[in-house]
This record gives sequence, C-alpha cells and structure tokens, in this order.
Amino acid sequence: MRLLIIGATSAIAQEAAKCFAADGAEMFLVGRSAQKLQAVASDLTVRGAKRVETFVVDLDDFERHAAMLDAVIAAFDGIDAALLAYGTLGDQRKCELSVAETMREFTTNCTSVLAVLTLLANYFEGQRRGCIAVITSVAGDRGRRSNYVYGAAKGAVSLFLQGLRGRMSSAGVCVLTIKPGLVDTPMTAGIKKGPIFASARAVGQGVYRAMQARKEVVYVPRYWRLIMLVVRTIPERAFKRVRF
Amino acid sequence: MLPYGFGRSYGDSCLNQDGVLLDASHLNRFIAFDEARGILRCEAGVSLEEILDIIVPRGWFIPVSPGTKFVSVGGAIANDVHGKNHHRAGTFGCHVTRFELLRSSGERLICSPQENTELFRATVGGLGLTGLILWAEFRLKPIVSPLIAMQRVQFASLEEFNALSAEADQRYEYTVSWVDILVGGTALCRGLFLGGNHEQAPSKLTARSGKKIPLAVPFDLPAFTLNPLTVKAFNELYYHAQFAKKVEKVAHYEPFFYPLDAIHHWNRLYGRRGFLQYQFVVPFDHGYDAMRDILARIRRSGEGSFLTVLKQFGHIQSPGMLSFPRPGLTLALDFAFGGQKTLRLLDDLDTIVRASGGAVYPAKDARMSGANFRAFFPRWQEFAQYIDPRFSSSFWRRVIS
Repeated sequence: MRLLIIGATSAIAQEAAKCFAADGAEMFLVGRSAQKLQAVASDLTVRGAKRVETFVVDLDDFERHAAMLDAVIAAFDGIDAALLAYGTLGDQRKCELSVAETMREFTTNCTSVLAVLTLLANYFEGQRRGCIAVITSVAGDRGRRSNYVYGAAKGAVSLFLQGLRGRMSSAGVCVLTIKPGLVDTPMTAGIKKGPIFASARAVGQGVYRAMQARKEVVYVPRYWRLIMLVVRTIPERAFKRVRF
Repeated sequence: MLPYGFGRSYGDSCLNQDGVLLDASHLNRFIAFDEARGILRCEAGVSLEEILDIIVPRGWFIPVSPGTKFVSVGGAIANDVHGKNHHRAGTFGCHVTRFELLRSSGERLICSPQENTELFRATVGGLGLTGLILWAEFRLKPIVSPLIAMQRVQFASLEEFNALSAEADQRYEYTVSWVDILVGGTALCRGLFLGGNHEQAPSKLTARSGKKIPLAVPFDLPAFTLNPLTVKAFNELYYHAQFAKKVEKVAHYEPFFYPLDAIHHWNRLYGRRGFLQYQFVVPFDHGYDAMRDILARIRRSGEGSFLTVLKQFGHIQSPGMLSFPRPGLTLALDFAFGGQKTLRLLDDLDTIVRASGGAVYPAKDARMSGANFRAFFPRWQEFAQYIDPRFSSSFWRRVIS
C-alpha cells in the first residue's frame, strides 16, 4: 500500500499512520516542518513501514501542489491512497473582525484542499482505482455561532467530496469523508477538555479502519452520527439562539 | 516541576503537590531500532507495552521488566526498575546505553556511563528529579520464542525457599515467589516458587498471548472485600490449588510477566480506603532474623497482605546512586489502608529494615520518614547535587524535611 499523507505531523494523521506502518505500508509524508516530518518518519519506520519519504510544503502555496504530487508519484511509482489530514483551527473572533483572517482560514481549510483534490481526483480517475480520504469535521454539518468560519470551510469540503464521490464511483475510486467530533490534539490545546473529547489514537484508528473498509462518510467516534442527526434537525429559530 | 509518565508509582514519588507535572505522554515516538544488534532508541514516554509489541515479533525482548508493562521508558529509568531476573541481569539502568536529559536551564545533555557520568548515575533511579529525559537508548535481548518454560514448586518454609532459590536461581533466568505470610510458626511463610526461562525451541513470535480476559474491576469494592479473613481463605485455596508439589508448563510471556495487567483497575479491589504498598530488601546476613521479626510484627497487627511477593536479589550492581535493589531478600506487600494503625505498622517495619541495613523501595512508598530514607539510601547527599533547581516532587520534599 503506497499512501500519501498530507498533514502527516498532525496528531490524528500520526496515529492513523502507525496503523498503516504496522501493515508495512510505504508512506509519503507531507508537512511544513522538515524536523517534525523526520521524527514522524523515524517512528513509522521502526513501527514497520516498508519505506517512508518526506516532502516539505505549505499547502497555502498552490503553485507547489503539482510538484508535491509529481514527487510522490516519482518516489513510489504511483499512489494507492491519499489522506488529507491538515488544517488549522483559527480564532473565530479574530476572523469576525478581519476579512484577511477569515480568508486565510478559508484558504487553508477549504480552497487549498479543493485544489489538491482537483489534482488527486484526476490522477486516481486516470488509474481507475484508489482511495481519497479527507478529514473534515462535524463542525461542517451545521453552522454554529462559535466556529462558523471553520465550520463553513469544512462543510464546503464535505459537500465537494459528496459530488466527487459521485464522479469517482464509476471509476472505482473510493472517496471517504471523515468527520471527527471533538478530539484531544494540539489543535484543541486551548479548549478545556471534557468527557466527549476523543483521543487522537481512537480517531486515528477510526480513520485507518474506514480507509481499509472503503467507507463513504464516517463519524469518528461513531456516536457523533447520532449527535449530529439531532443537531441537524433542530429548527433554525431555536438553533440560532444556542450559545455554543 | 516533575516529569510524569504513566503515574504507576504507588505513592507520591510521581506526584508534585501544588507544583507542575510535565506530561511526557506526548514523547511517544520511536527513533531508531538496530535490529541486528538489538539496540532500541525511543522517546521517554513510550511504554514497555508498545516496545514489546514492536520488538517481540522481530525476535527481541526487554532486558529487565517490572511487574507491569504500562510504564514508560522514562519511568523505568527514574525508578531503576527491577524484575524477576535481577539475579541474572540487574536493573533496567544496567542496560541503558545513553539518554538525553533536558534541564530547566534549557541545557540538553547526553548522559551515559562515559559521558556526563555522574549525571547519568544520578538520573538512573533519580525519580525524575534531575530533569526531563527526552529519549533513551537501551540494549535488548534476543529470543526465538514468545513462550516461557516454567516450573512452579511449593515450599513450606522460608528455609525451604532459601534452599530452592539458591539452586533455582542458577537454572532459571526468571524467578519469583508468591507467599502466604499468615501461616505463622517457625516456617514463617509458605508459598509457590516460580522459575522460568525463555523457551529455546523457536516458535511464532507473537507480542500478545491472544487470551483476551476482559477482566476489569468496574468500581471500588466495599471495604470488607479484602480483609484478613478473606486473605487467609484465598491463601489457603491458592497454595493448594496446585495439587502436585512441582508443576511444569510452557506459557506465553504475557501472563508470566504481567499477570496483574490483565485485570484493569485491580486497585479497586481495595475499595475507597485504598491500600499501601510496601517493598523492602534486607541483606543476606541477618536476613532470616530480619524476616522473622518483620513477619512477626505483621502477624501481631492482624493485617493481611493480599499479594505478597518474595525474591532474592543478586549481586549485579546498578549504576544508579539511589538504586533500591541490593543483594538480599526482597518482599513486597500490600496492606489495606486502615489509617494510623497501618502507618504505625509500616513505621515499625522500617525500623527493623533499617537495623538490618536494608532499604524500602521509593517507587512503592507513600509514607517513609526522612530519617529512614537517608539511612536506606546513604548516597542521597551525593545525589542531591544533581537535582535540577526547578525540579521537585512530593516524595522528595517529604523525605528531605
């Protein structure tokens, strides 16, 4: 299994990667920090990965997307699956006060992802097999006053993936939307933890299992499917008054 | 501040009341594994469980293992843990080639028996007080099978145990005994002596025994569950459960090394009042007399120890300044916490241990006095020089006052 992981230094991606490493996968790790990528690469190698390569890039730099894809295809002579696991959790309040900030958030979490997906979709469609997995969020299921910039970005990606799924199904390519709930990772370091927070390990393992099973849309942990079903059905007039 | 791994120490050596704990659980990466020479380097927060999962399928084992695999490498070094093979392999610290220590000044120091030697010796068994271990490298031992060939023999007295141990320690890499100390009389104790060796016949190297015993104590049990009567009844059953005097069998290493790990939250058996662990070592000279006095004092108290473990420590010296194991007899006991009564009992035991030139194990301690600590660990002043000025623990503040 030749796996491209974009955002490989994120906590969830690392945990998922550990599962793939135990299977002896070959992995191409993409991230912004060469030092962190190297640490992750060493870890995965010890854990059993047949081969690990790293590539440094900031996905906000759209010009570099094609080079990244060329690099992984050249290194591994093709890709079997891609996992998009990168993103930022910005400051909602800052975004409210600044157009630039909002656009930055949206670029990282939405438009850069769509750009990468455009390239990946064409590649996988061309070889008529493979799996594209993207971590969005339950926040994308309904706009909430406390994080709607993040939610909108993730929601847009989820919608895009829905359409892509339709297009890719005739090519035999799996398009997987992964929606984690609240997860205990460096991204949520500033948020007070409660019992509903899942561990990065649990979510990472959920990502691995969903990719192996070639699912379509998964909530991780699974009970979030039920929670969001309820959240989605609350009438707007009531929901707009909710404080969270 | 104080580094915190899995918090498996029984008392306050891993706590820092009113202070800061450095959560080392994020230091959980492997760095390098030299499969040819059997040398592993990993961050200090990696657990022995994760290590075994990786190394066993590739024909390697950890050189020294404590009674649980849910401990971090940093914790194994900080407590200089020992295992059933102390008489052959010494402590965990004996197998560490080097580690990197981060001090509060920001300094990062590579410590080994050759480099920053004194700091290395202070950190091994140093209870996390010298700084934060970032990563460590240690030697592994080769195995061809995950199985342990073991023998279990009944013994009816301490004298019989000593004779058994002297002979068995030559034949077996791993030895340990479960004992019943409520038996009284001149026998002092009776029990089951367990000896084991790595199976030499090659077989499939599996990290887990595969037996999923989903045992977990779901909540604190009522206080009367473990009391001297039930303990006595259990002891009787357990001692006689093995019908033959000597039993031989082959089993996976997992239940041999980590029987308690199979029961999650086993500490809840003691209920809300909890329990105190007490492990001591008394030197071989006067060892019999010291044991006799200790066991007599325990019997006088009417307290029973639910899980009592006895072993002979060997002569291999650890590099650690505050290392606990030394040649002699070591006994680990647990007592349901009954307030002052229990504390007085343990203070009396401390006195006997001290008089015989022995020591009490800090990793299990929650109440030893400063005076006794300083007697048990004569190199404490030498050690204190290497403590990081911004590091401290509840244990240290207690034993230094």
